[in-house]
Formats: sequence, structure tokens, C-alpha cells
Amino acid sequence: MTDIIIVGAGTAGLSAAIYGVRAGKKVLVLEGNAYGGQIINTPEIENYPGIKNTSGFEFATGLYEQATGLGAEVKYEEVQSVEDKGSHKVVRTGQGEYEAKTVILATGAKNRSLGLPHEAEWVGRGVSYCATCDGAFFKGKVTAVAGGGNTALEDALFLSNYCEKVYLIHRRDQFRGDEKTVAVLRQKENVEFVLNAKLNALLGENGVEGVEVEDKFSGEKRELKISGFFVAIGQEPQNALFSDLVQLDPGGYIIAGEDTKTNVPGIFAAGDGRTKTVRQLTTAAADGAVAALAACAYIDT
Amino acid sequence: MEPITITSTNFEQEVMNSDVPVLVDIWASWCGPCKMLSPIVDEIAATADGFKVGKINADDEGELAEKFNVTSIPTLLVFKGGKIVNQSVGFIPKEKVLELLK
Repeated sequence: MTDIIIVGAGTAGLSAAIYGVRAGKKVLVLEGNAYGGQIINTPEIENYPGIKNTSGFEFATGLYEQATGLGAEVKYEEVQSVEDKGSHKVVRTGQGEYEAKTVILATGAKNRSLGLPHEAEWVGRGVSYCATCDGAFFKGKVTAVAGGGNTALEDALFLSNYCEKVYLIHRRDQFRGDEKTVAVLRQKENVEFVLNAKLNALLGENGVEGVEVEDKFSGEKRELKISGFFVAIGQEPQNALFSDLVQLDPGGYIIAGEDTKTNVPGIFAAGDGRTKTVRQLTTAAADGAVAALAACAYIDT
Repeated sequence: MEPITITSTNFEQEVMNSDVPVLVDIWASWCGPCKMLSPIVDEIAATADGFKVGKINADDEGELAEKFNVTSIPTLLVFKGGKIVNQSVGFIPKEKVLELLK
């Protein structure tokens, strides 16, 4: 039996793995996608204490090599269920079944989608959740950004440097994001604000060719011809699998305090998927350390 | 075998006119997830049986990427008889890459 199974190989999960193996425990990390989590798409990290400047990819690779080098095992298997058997836990994946004394849920968060028809299907064919990753493909083209927070504003600004034109589509007329960025965007000749707008549909044959928006008040419909559609409406947790296992808050985050303890003994929650106010790289790493040491204490007592 | 570097010059010959299915990895040096997928594609190329593997640098071959409406990388395309039969965007584990070829 494994001592600690960690679900998710992002910053929280791999930090937990490092602390777990260094405490002499047998650690298995299960990841359905790439190691590194959300940070791999960040071009530059400049706020991680002790590291002046690095890329998300380098940071994630360093974490991965550190964890596996110390003896943690990482398997690319998507977790389908976690069951609490009291004395131990059973984790099932598409490929097999694993038993562990403790489980750390470090599933993080993913980009929230609008849920428009074709949205998921056309990711990589015009739909994107990451302007800094995909912006280069839209040089000289017309794009749209959907959202009203800082990410949406910064994405619009970033794209305005590449694109012929950028529509900033927001459902209200006030932005949640920084006023200063809004002011800069207003000065940009190639940025058009589309406010109080409802997104009706993505248009196209085999990828994004346009988007239909509707004015919330007048009901007037408009078709914007675009080749790129950037969704920037925040993150959401990925804990639906665990809704019968541990308590979740109404937003879907696992309810656990700074000690990372869930309502189930031996199951811990670390990283962006936990209820908390600050979701940063450092807090994810900190959660990983706390959860691993809490798991060790649980096993040893 | 090492993956073939696909350019606009050899695309017809290596991909469109290939007798066997071709797995094509579209990547760029600035893309983190591409660097994670790349060794997996190399591994698959090394033991490829009944298909071949190629790579397209999206920065050098912008027209090829645009031709297939690629707007995010890494993108994997599987060609059979000159047509795209499967595709995938973003990092995926080795098993899922191999599934694209089935």
C-alpha cells in the first residue's frame, strides 16, 4: 500500500510529493494531463521568492525532476474516483486501482468556459483561453476577448499589439479589472469595446470565423467577423468527482482550512482547488508542504 | 527513427503522398507544453511501426500551420491518405498520442 497518493501534478501536488518522499513516505502522484498544472503556460514568473526570473515550463520541469529524483512516482492516469474505506483509501483511474493510507487532492483549477456550442470543439482552431500562448497565431488578424476582469483587459492589450483589431466583449458596462488598463485600452485605435453584450454563438464551418453578440438592452444583434476568440472569464475548480467524498463550497472548492484537512480524516486538499483567498504559485507550494506533513502526521499516529 | 522535419518544400512528398499514416507535431521553441510533448513524440518516432512521425516548426512554417487552421500549439495531426483523420491540442500523455494513430 502506498502511503500518500496525490491527485494532480501541479505546483501543490509536486510540492507535496517532495515533502512526502523526504519524510520517508512512499508517494504516488496521479496526473491526467501534463505535469506542472496551470503554470506551464506562464511565459515569465517574477514573483516566486528566491527565483528572480524563470518560465512556467522551467519551473514546472524543475519541480517534476526534484520530486521524481527524490523518489516520488508520477503516473499519467486520470483519476475517476476516490473512496474512503476508513483505515485506507481506494483511488481508481482509467488504468487501475490503487490503495493508500492518505490522499491529497491537488486538482487545482482550470479556465472557465462560456459553454457556447463549438467552444470546446474549436479549441486550437480559433478558440483560446491563453492570449500569451496563442496570440502569435493571430498577427494581423481580427480577434475578440470575452471577459471583464484583469485577465481579459491584459489579454486585449497584449493582442492589440499583434492584431489588426480586437473586440473586447463584456456583459456589463463596468469592468472588474484595473481602471488604468481600461484607460490604456480606450486610447488604442484598434480596440473596440462591445459592452452590455450577450454572446449568442460562435460562427464558422470548421473553426472560428465570427461571433454573434446581442445588446442586453436593445436586443440588437451583431455579427463580428473574427478569426480568434479568447475566453478570459476566470478559473473554476475541478472537484466534481469528489462531491460525495468531501465537503465542497457552493463554488465547488474543497472546504479545508490552512491545515489542508478536509472533513474526512486522511484526506487533504492542497492548492487552488481548496477554499482560500489567495491563489498564487507560492501558496500552492505552501499548501503542498502543509498537506504532505499533515498526511505524514496522520500516518504516524 | 528521428522525426522528419516537415517544411512547405517536403510537405507534399512526406505527408500528403505518404503510403503510411503520418503523425505531425506542430510546435515552437517558446511554447512550454510543446517542450513537454516533444520527447514523447521523439519516443514514438523511435519505435514507429506502420506509420511515420514529422514535426513542423510553427514559427518557420507559419503558412503550413495556417493552412490547417492551427491556432494553438502543441497541435498533433494524424494524416491518412492526404487527409487529417485525427487531431489534438495541448499536451497529452503518450497513451493518448498512440490512440490518435489507431
